[in-house]
Amino acid sequence: MRYLPLTQDNRTEMLAAIGAKNVDELFCDLPKSALASAKFNLPNTQSEMSVERDLGKMAAKNLNCGQAPSFLGAGNYRHHTPASLDYIIQRGEFLTAYTPYQPEISQGTLQAIYEFQTQVALMTGMEVANASMYDGATACSEAVAMACRVTKRTRALISGKVHPHYADVTSTSMKFLNVDVDCLAPDPFNVEDLIGRVDSSLACVVVQTPSFFGHLSNFTALAEACRSAGVLLVVCVSDPVSLGALIPPGRMGADIVVADGQSLAGPMGFGGPGVGLFATREKYVRQMPGRLAGETTDEDGRRGWVLTLSTREQHIRREKATSNICTNSGLIALAFSVHMTLLGEAGFKRLAKLNHAMAAVLARKLASVKDVRVLPSNYFNEFVVELPKDAAEVAEQLAARGILGGIPVSRFYPTYPELTDLLLVTATETNTMEDIDAFTGALKEVLS
Amino acid sequence: MSQLRFSKDHEWIAVDGDVGTVGITQYAQNQLGDIVFVEVPEAGKDVKAGGEAAVVESVKAASEVYAPVSGTVTEGNAVLADKPETVNEDPQGAGWFFKIKVADAAELDGLMDQAAYDKYVAELDA
Amino acid sequence: MTKPTTASGHAGLQLEQALIFEQDTPGATAVDLPDLPDHIDTMGEFENKDAIGLPGLSEPEVVRHYTRLSQKNYSIDSGFYPLGSCTMKHNPRLNEKMARLPGLADIHPFQPVSTVQGALELIDTCAHWLTELTGMAAVAMSPAAGAHGELCGLMCIKSAHDAAGSSRSIVLVPDSAHGTNPATAALCGYTVESIPANAEGRVDLGALKSRLGPDIAAVMITNPNTCGLFERECIEIADAVHEAGAYFYMDGANFNAIVGRLRLSDLGVDAMHINLHKTFSTPHGGGGPGAGPTVISKALAPFAPVPFVVRKGDGYEVEEHAGFGAAKQSYGRMKGFHGQFGVFVRALSYMMSMGVDGLKQASGDAVLNANYLLARLSAELTPAYPGPCMHEAVFDDRFLKGTGVTTLDIAKALIDEGFHPPTMYFPLVVHGALLMEPTETESKAALDQFIESMLHLARKAKAGDAAEAFKAAPQLAPRRRLDETKAARKPILRWKPSEDAAARQAAE
Repeated sequence: MRYLPLTQDNRTEMLAAIGAKNVDELFCDLPKSALASAKFNLPNTQSEMSVERDLGKMAAKNLNCGQAPSFLGAGNYRHHTPASLDYIIQRGEFLTAYTPYQPEISQGTLQAIYEFQTQVALMTGMEVANASMYDGATACSEAVAMACRVTKRTRALISGKVHPHYADVTSTSMKFLNVDVDCLAPDPFNVEDLIGRVDSSLACVVVQTPSFFGHLSNFTALAEACRSAGVLLVVCVSDPVSLGALIPPGRMGADIVVADGQSLAGPMGFGGPGVGLFATREKYVRQMPGRLAGETTDEDGRRGWVLTLSTREQHIRREKATSNICTNSGLIALAFSVHMTLLGEAGFKRLAKLNHAMAAVLARKLASVKDVRVLPSNYFNEFVVELPKDAAEVAEQLAARGILGGIPVSRFYPTYPELTDLLLVTATETNTMEDIDAFTGALKEVLS
Repeated sequence: MSQLRFSKDHEWIAVDGDVGTVGITQYAQNQLGDIVFVEVPEAGKDVKAGGEAAVVESVKAASEVYAPVSGTVTEGNAVLADKPETVNEDPQGAGWFFKIKVADAAELDGLMDQAAYDKYVAELDA
Repeated sequence: MTKPTTASGHAGLQLEQALIFEQDTPGATAVDLPDLPDHIDTMGEFENKDAIGLPGLSEPEVVRHYTRLSQKNYSIDSGFYPLGSCTMKHNPRLNEKMARLPGLADIHPFQPVSTVQGALELIDTCAHWLTELTGMAAVAMSPAAGAHGELCGLMCIKSAHDAAGSSRSIVLVPDSAHGTNPATAALCGYTVESIPANAEGRVDLGALKSRLGPDIAAVMITNPNTCGLFERECIEIADAVHEAGAYFYMDGANFNAIVGRLRLSDLGVDAMHINLHKTFSTPHGGGGPGAGPTVISKALAPFAPVPFVVRKGDGYEVEEHAGFGAAKQSYGRMKGFHGQFGVFVRALSYMMSMGVDGLKQASGDAVLNANYLLARLSAELTPAYPGPCMHEAVFDDRFLKGTGVTTLDIAKALIDEGFHPPTMYFPLVVHGALLMEPTETESKAALDQFIESMLHLARKAKAGDAAEAFKAAPQLAPRRRLDETKAARKPILRWKPSEDAAARQAAE
């Protein structure tokens, strides 16, 4: 078997050095009954060629977004990544390295994390960021847990414009901590009043911009209301490409910013793995979960980096840790950072503008279809449209015509029948004018 | 007349009248190594004997500092926020953690005096 | 003999590299983008007109930057990486190739389900391998890492207790447990109590039995445990736990020792997380991503989190909402989208390549390799427990007594020898621990090289006059020992523009 280097001769020699007759002797502590009854109905070893064939068949059963014009978002986005990026993250020294616990031989990972932390802080307009969380949804949950620690309160309010997965993951974990999470009803028409709901029993208010439905918001007034009541403001960002064009949450007065970095890090991958971005104020750094790389010097006075403030973490603090997180999303964080380095300030801003432009063109064309209404007046690259009929049916019919045209909002909210005509539509720089015309044309057909 | 007492968790308390000054011992700071962060309690906090009062962290460890006696905190050592290394340099002097108004002086009898503490530490190292 | 200094600060192929922020060329970019189409801007007052402060570089500069960074990293591809309980086995590139198939990479989680049947089939197939290998009734695929899987297991357990109307509040955890165990229990609202180990490094069954009672919700046992030993009384532990009305959670970090040899269901396990990035070869990537699917018993299965894949006729559907359909009693959602799909692809590619016979061979070779290290290194090092061990061996620091050399010093000296040090100072129950897990993908020659270096260092330490040399190690790595105290006292967690000049000076 190609991954197993030991030969029979090796094994014989090694057993002799150990003083055992055979390998089974080494398993003498395992219960005999369990060893005897172990039966596994699974196939035996396969060659590379055979595995490629089998997995290739599974892959071929999917309609991939390279095969059909696609306009899908809702927290997971199709962006182009430069060829250099994938090449860099496949270097064995990045791909097959462990957590940098021995800093002398992990400076590559540590410097990259430090650069990533800086880029995330700059993009979000915040003071400090960590080395990553699993994804945006769990980062949101961790932010609420952190707000409870900082304020010593046990109530949270989540806007109805926050990604439902972020809200669900947060509600689930907070339930086990007896933190009361008030999730407002989905708000595709942008009518909810948050400022009026701020009071000093809250640890935090959680909002999102661009919102799940595409609306843009300036939370400066809300941030002020929160500050007066000692409440933290947590802002979620769905597609961090938006940070290349919009006022960053840090400048609005956010206390914690979370996001999923998948859109910049690489392919959609059916939703995982992504990378959770987490940024906050320096004064809260000891309450922040996750790993942190910090600058220092070595014995020769040369600059280097180490993991630091580890006493927040599970391996030291155990049941009093800020989180139980250990493995996070290091390689995807690296991919995110590499892409941001390739883009640079100029490229990032241009990419964002291009995304918005494609969405603006798409919105105008869709709005020209009879009985189709674009709901947000301001948006970045994603917006919800109201159709004259069931959006899930429309999406299926579009797919039958080879167009992946938006996501029915009802997929996320099974108990809100009033949302069944809403379709969430996204455009990125990967869409072409031909794609947009194909979508518009197919939608006209389906609705007629 | 001030009394100096020690707990099994290596806290010291120097009592003058009804106010005690609390810190960690030379042995404790040596075990912890370089101290990087200290969290002292706020004035007004009520603590019970054996209850958590402060936190002290080195690079690789975090330890609770327990109140040797019950009472109300009157002051936390503000110097330690910026200079946690003071605890390493002078653990039983400038490196004090907090001052406490002692609720029940009788509790001091349950703690070790210098001789008893020295014996206790000697046995730990054996 | 001191190394020569150079004008550049480089040392042959060891190339220094500044931060990207120190290489900024304003306006530069490595990505060319098309022109903007005609459009009417609808971002309005929300548009940002200010600078963000990101650096710009050309493509050649970026590639060189990250190439040089990578050259400062040790990795499995570079050499032996015997970190205990991390299972640093070879990461096959076939896994990477499969994960990049457009049909698996370029698909969106919310496409109509009819257009992603292959993806759902893949998740289901990966799930099937895991339930078959463990004999368990079901598996929750969504946890994103081992710690997340532990949380999933405990959340299922708490939900089951809640459904039964019981309010048990305590979880028992051995004092040798990994820190994630008590951290996870606390996240479920449980109080943690310790179970002591016996003289043989295993759970003290008597002590456990006497503590079990109506207030105990669960025990969390790692098996093989963090000392590399199999809990021989595992079935007795399970029986006692069940009799007391509690659940048996197993931490599966060390599954590599027993995969393909026995089933967890035969040990009485109720839930166990599996680290795909350990046992199933998916890459560690410098800190993730991983995946922690959690196998669960029939009793716990109804509470499993969403989403999960279900069969429907000849096809597949996905249950996405707790409280509906097959997810009626689900405790909720732990993660966005459908879990770590890219990690499933890599793991399945490995499982299919290895086959069940290969996996059994792997656990055999993993255990053989660890016992070989134990046997040969015992010539100079002091094993914490008598053998045989499972897939990892732990030594304590008795062999260093009186030498002035510590476990840390040995680890740093190993770096100069060209090896990544084993796990040090864990488990906490072993004094000055050195925990070594070679894995099955190391050749005998690689093990022999490591053994020679370790024996050499042990002898050198014991000679009694080498403490200073050890304290100075490493001398040959890209950096010498780094000041962690300074990093923790005055944390510098990001680059800032005003510090640019000072930092450049420090780097020279």
